[in-house]
Amino acid sequence: MRPPLIRDIRRYARSLRCFWGTSLAAELEYPLNAAIELVSVLGNLAGSLFVLQLLFAGGPSLGGWSWSGALVVLGLYTLLDGFTTCLLQPNLSRIVNHVQTGTLDYVLLKPIDSQFWLSARTVSPWGLPAMAAGLGLIGWALAQAGPGAAAGLRSPGAVLLALALLLAALVILYSLWFVLAALSIWFVKVWNATEVLRYTLVAGRYPISAYPPALRLLFTFVLPVAFLTTVPAEALLGRGSALWAVGSLVVALLCLAGSRLLWRFAQRFYTSASS
Amino acid sequence: MSTIRARDLAKTYRISEKQPGLAGTLRHLVNRRHREVVAVDRISFTIEPGEIVGFLGPNGAGKTTTLKMLTGLIHPSAGELEVAGYQPWRRQAAFLRQITLVMGNRQQLIWDLPALDSLRVNAAVYGIDEPEARRRIGELAEMLELGPELQRPLRKLSLGQRMKTELLAALLHRPAVLFLDEPTLGLDVNAQARVRDFLADYNRRTGATVLLTSHDMGDITALCPRVLLIHQGQLFHDGSLAALTQRLAPCRQVRLELEHLHPAEAFAGFGTLEAHQGHQVRLLVPRAQLTERVAALLERFAVVDLEVSDPPIEELIGGLFRQRAAAAAAGAEP
Repeated sequence: MRPPLIRDIRRYARSLRCFWGTSLAAELEYPLNAAIELVSVLGNLAGSLFVLQLLFAGGPSLGGWSWSGALVVLGLYTLLDGFTTCLLQPNLSRIVNHVQTGTLDYVLLKPIDSQFWLSARTVSPWGLPAMAAGLGLIGWALAQAGPGAAAGLRSPGAVLLALALLLAALVILYSLWFVLAALSIWFVKVWNATEVLRYTLVAGRYPISAYPPALRLLFTFVLPVAFLTTVPAEALLGRGSALWAVGSLVVALLCLAGSRLLWRFAQRFYTSASS
Repeated sequence: MSTIRARDLAKTYRISEKQPGLAGTLRHLVNRRHREVVAVDRISFTIEPGEIVGFLGPNGAGKTTTLKMLTGLIHPSAGELEVAGYQPWRRQAAFLRQITLVMGNRQQLIWDLPALDSLRVNAAVYGIDEPEARRRIGELAEMLELGPELQRPLRKLSLGQRMKTELLAALLHRPAVLFLDEPTLGLDVNAQARVRDFLADYNRRTGATVLLTSHDMGDITALCPRVLLIHQGQLFHDGSLAALTQRLAPCRQVRLELEHLHPAEAFAGFGTLEAHQGHQVRLLVPRAQLTERVAALLERFAVVDLEVSDPPIEELIGGLFRQRAAAAAAGAEP
């Protein structure tokens, strides 16, 4: 039974294309959303830049971070926020609806991984402005940072590392969201907690070392905010350390495995308790 | 080999009990009390390939729980169960490709999109290639009398059209076993008839096995040669609808319209007098004596009109449950 694997991969790829094709078609019925989203992203970014400027008014560095380094962090945060709007928010907000209306039954009866379906069923283009703004800010900040940072990124290995850490950040962010959304199997009200999560992750706008030590611990070990923006930013600036890199990848894998485990458990609960 | 085999299938829920009000909620937080509720109580049956079986019972009888166990959405508490050769609760992909579930009160298609888009998604998920999917959609759309509706957003369709597109979506992967939970819920008479015709036609053409619940006895009489009746989690009847009627109603109803007025006593010996109003008389007559009693009635009275019928099955089932409930209550308080 070897070829079925290839067939399955192709089936999943085609499903994903269909998922996203149909949802983009539906979203584009409302083009005004794009303009509103763009204004909101630029407004948010301007606000963050203003606060950052205030923080730097006291001196040339913030917790050991230069102005341009801090901008890279802010750029990464904006990028991740756009990813949330594109993929996490529209998909995972549906789980609670599926539970409330009973349509989760239909998802569970499809011959496809239910976590895949629930996580990738739709995509919203309205996070793209934020993702573009984030990327732009990162590029601009790296250019500002001068030859030191650029030199750090010159080797292909360093670029690869930075990309891997960015991927790890996306995986961690996804897992946090998915775990909260999956909890709605037990507690329907828990969906509101994702709002709390989103606002806590705002902490990732600024370098982790800008926070007091207690918060730094919290953001590293409890809510892994540090791995979302600070760690990939250091790699982008050519200051990545092997320890943090490995740590970040391990945390990402653990989070992903945790989310799958929880989902399995949630399904078992659902199938034994629902009526 | 049977398509569905259930032996001593049972499901018990643990329900936490809470007193109403804030005080009750607080007490519940400290001292949780649980109660076991038996939803399905050791039922056994087998269904052969190609059968259409109606699944009857009042609300809360355990119909939906059983249906969910058969589709693999609920893990049975006890007993053996095999559907299409698989154990449903493991929900293996190969099993899921064999079955489909349609719930009249829940939609799987997306509200804002034309049905065709949702159908394309289903085709991809089930790994049906595009030309084949188009062929099947065309075929099913023809049977269901659906055309341009498939290209309109679902929200713009009537309830009947939506139900038909739901059926189309549920059958795209050519399942061998169909589980239909109230498929005609809320439909008007015409739409209902069309859904019934389609199901009968589909069953004839594909040989698919169909298990169907409905509150509408019309669905059952039109489609199901065999019915399973469950009550309080137990299987009360497994057989034809006619046999069920006979079992529930050993009498037939004779309605008479008479030329002249007669006192109630005049009907003694013909049967149980159910109603007597002016020229209209209704009698219950045991099936075995039906012919001779009717002949005697015709001879004795000047009859303008006569009608013999079975009491409506809904009433019979309702009557049965009232009787059993009363018997249970009497048994509990000797």
